[in-house]
Amino acid sequence: MAYLELEKLHKEFGDFTAIEEIDVSIQAGEFLSLLGPSGCGKTTALRIVAGFERPTSGRVVVEGKDLTNVPPNHRDMGMVFQAYSLFPNMTAEANVEFGLRVRGQSGAERRKRVEDLLELVGLSAAAKRYPHQLSGGMQQRVALARALAIEPRVLLLDEPLSALDAKVRVQLREEIRRLQTQLGITTLYVTHDQEEALSVSDRVAVLSQGQIEQIGAPAEIYNAPGTPFVAEFIGTMNRLEATVAEEGQVQVNGMVLAVTDARGLPRGERVLVLIRPEILDLQRADGAASSALVGEVVAHIFLGAITRVKVDAGEHELSADLPGHRAAELPVGSQVAASFPADGGRVLALSEQPEGPAERAPAGQ
Amino acid sequence: MTRSGWFWVAVGLLYFLLPLAATAEFSFKDGDSYSFAAYREIFDDPQFRDTFFLSLKLAIVTIIVALLLFIPTVYWVHLRLPQFRPLVQFLCALPFVVPPIVLIVGILYVYNYQWVPGKYLGSPYYLVPGYVVLGFPFMFFALDNAFRAIDVHTLTEASQSLGAGWTRTLWKVILPNILTGALAGAFLTFALVMGEFTMASLALFNTFPTYINYIGQTKANPAAALTIISFGITWLALLGILFVGRRPGRTAVQVGGGAR
Repeated sequence: MAYLELEKLHKEFGDFTAIEEIDVSIQAGEFLSLLGPSGCGKTTALRIVAGFERPTSGRVVVEGKDLTNVPPNHRDMGMVFQAYSLFPNMTAEANVEFGLRVRGQSGAERRKRVEDLLELVGLSAAAKRYPHQLSGGMQQRVALARALAIEPRVLLLDEPLSALDAKVRVQLREEIRRLQTQLGITTLYVTHDQEEALSVSDRVAVLSQGQIEQIGAPAEIYNAPGTPFVAEFIGTMNRLEATVAEEGQVQVNGMVLAVTDARGLPRGERVLVLIRPEILDLQRADGAASSALVGEVVAHIFLGAITRVKVDAGEHELSADLPGHRAAELPVGSQVAASFPADGGRVLALSEQPEGPAERAPAGQ
Repeated sequence: MTRSGWFWVAVGLLYFLLPLAATAEFSFKDGDSYSFAAYREIFDDPQFRDTFFLSLKLAIVTIIVALLLFIPTVYWVHLRLPQFRPLVQFLCALPFVVPPIVLIVGILYVYNYQWVPGKYLGSPYYLVPGYVVLGFPFMFFALDNAFRAIDVHTLTEASQSLGAGWTRTLWKVILPNILTGALAGAFLTFALVMGEFTMASLALFNTFPTYINYIGQTKANPAAALTIISFGITWLALLGILFVGRRPGRTAVQVGGGAR
């Protein structure tokens, strides 16, 4: 049985529906991320689990026990907030100790546990410092130690890295994952940063407009996005509007392309073909194969190890990630043909489009 | 600073210091020479001691009542009812525009009703509710500032998620972080009660300010000495605010700067 279950959660604030429906089961020791743009309901969902909000309907169940109406201070959930959550009047040590004092743990036991936890997050030397004497990254480590000190049933993290520098962010997220694996603690992590979610989670739930669009392992989300929204939200994606032609083939602008994923779809159906920039290959147009998209290179974007080459192919703008020396052979202005292996593209029926971002009506209009 | 700048500072200083210096000089005058005679006369007067300690007790009770009333109120307004903050702010600023004389006449009317137990009617502590009202703006703006300097929501939720109930959250997490504001409000209220004349006089109680008035009308040199003493008390209260506002690691308190 699942350890933590969010059963048909629905939440309204007045006229505004924050969560349409979220229904998800999390296994003991699992690291699940709720990923989505701002306003998708991910933070509200986390706050419902923490007990700071009551769902309009639905239940929060931990180990088979319904916690929906239990106040937050009786839930045993460890929470790490975005920032500024450390008690300014207490040292790092006293902050970590707070939850243990509430639980009436004896002095010696308490001090031992505080010491262990500060060591775990690498801050033994800063035990006597006040929050304002700590860097942002250190503050979040203390907050993590404080949340873990009470041996919570579930660890909740609400965008804990969003206020930190890029470098510290990467370092700390790896550390969070290391601690989580080491302690085997069930974790719910909220973020809008897809790279963060994909790099640390066992599973990622992509949210949009208060609903789960897709839930799965990071590789699955990245390689096989289930809806146009997920495809758009995760990483960069080339989108080609096409019509299904022969078995395993689609037609784009009168050109026939082989896409394995299109097999079994009815002929003539309108579909969206999605191709990652790293899958797309570019050749000079003169000697290109016939099943290719032709266009003109309009820009080079240097990204370090690779260069992203932008191609204007009439109706479509394409992006292809090439090694630097290959990109150099295709300067801006040259005519190129784009191609991709038949199993490198993903096909989604265009009827799913209304859920995608392109068709979404902005709120309040 | 420019030369004309210094000139205006000097003018300002003279404006404030000259009357004070003159009063001080007069308070030490004893015939043709100087002595502490006027001060001695004040300190030896049992009425001075009676009224001073009465006002001191009234000030302390007023501060306690005001803090008990305002800390939970301002906390709750910040946490749950931010939409009511302008209303509360308006209500708390009312004593600035309603003169104390109107307030005390109203209060005396209330005390005339049957339900007030007669045997307590003579107690000067009946002044406390009026003083609390007069102190509304000072207490509210000092605390409001302090609450705005901290992240009330996150701190409260962090405390709750660690298992603390409301009492512990208020006592251990919120209070220590708004202490500077609470103390500033307390010192201002203290200075207010130690100098409030209208209400005590109209309600016929002999407090420290009514004693100052009485001396002022009867004895010249001791009146000047008393003025200096009372000025010193106000100054100590103000120094207290400066001192608590400068404790390391705390946000400095701006008193009264919250009226936006």
